[in-house]
Amino acid sequence: MLHLILFSLFGVVCVAGAINLLVQTHPINSALSLVVVMGALAVEFLLLGAEFVAAIQVIVYAGAVMVLFVFVIMLLNAGIEERTNGSRVALRLGIPGLLIGSVLIAWVLTHANTHSVNVGALPGPPKTIGWLLFHDYLLPFEITSVLVLIAIMGAVVLAARPESPRKES
Amino acid sequence: MVPLSYYLILGGILFACGVTGFLIKRNIITIFMCIELMLNGVNLTFVAFAAQWQALAGQVFVFFVMVVAAAEAAVGLAIIIAVYRTRETLNVDLVNLLKL
Repeated sequence: MLHLILFSLFGVVCVAGAINLLVQTHPINSALSLVVVMGALAVEFLLLGAEFVAAIQVIVYAGAVMVLFVFVIMLLNAGIEERTNGSRVALRLGIPGLLIGSVLIAWVLTHANTHSVNVGALPGPPKTIGWLLFHDYLLPFEITSVLVLIAIMGAVVLAARPESPRKES
Repeated sequence: MVPLSYYLILGGILFACGVTGFLIKRNIITIFMCIELMLNGVNLTFVAFAAQWQALAGQVFVFFVMVVAAAEAAVGLAIIIAVYRTRETLNVDLVNLLKL
């Protein structure tokens, strides 16, 4: 019963944050509501017994990625969103698509026989995850390290100020 | 005891919010945040199924999704900075040419 109450509480926080992200027009408000969504999702991960994922969610997503977002918003001095006519088409296509998708998801979920999920039933302490990560999934793990290295170099190259062409012109 | 379908519905709602924002938002940074929201909805589904099937590989996949999302955020925000430097706008409707 307590699990259901906690799930509902943080699920409502999650959905409210997601809807607030859509309603707000200033990017900094959207970013802060996304932090709320990620924090509430970390609690949902804890409820599922995934301690490692919850910790990573707070550290990587709510910490690093969102700091990067807020930093870029402040660096570019992003103001209130401008509306253009192009968004009307997306709205007209998006709402029917959203309705069809949600009806499909609801139909599949109500017709599937699912069992309940226990808190802490999953034998997933960080030790086991680490064993999986460095033993069974060692090759994908090493490949992700190469990916992150390439991403860092790409970010530096893209964001670096092009000095020489400016001087010539 | 929370039924698995509740977690899947929550993940679906988050994903739908992300898709809606991706379609209706015009600010390139907010669109990027909506992509992160979609990834979060998928992550919740991964962890819920991992708990359902007692398969820890689902949590490892969430770790990989997060690494890829962090790399994507770094490169994407660098692209946003480069776009803003040349166009001086963040509105995606005004960024419709590959070359100036």
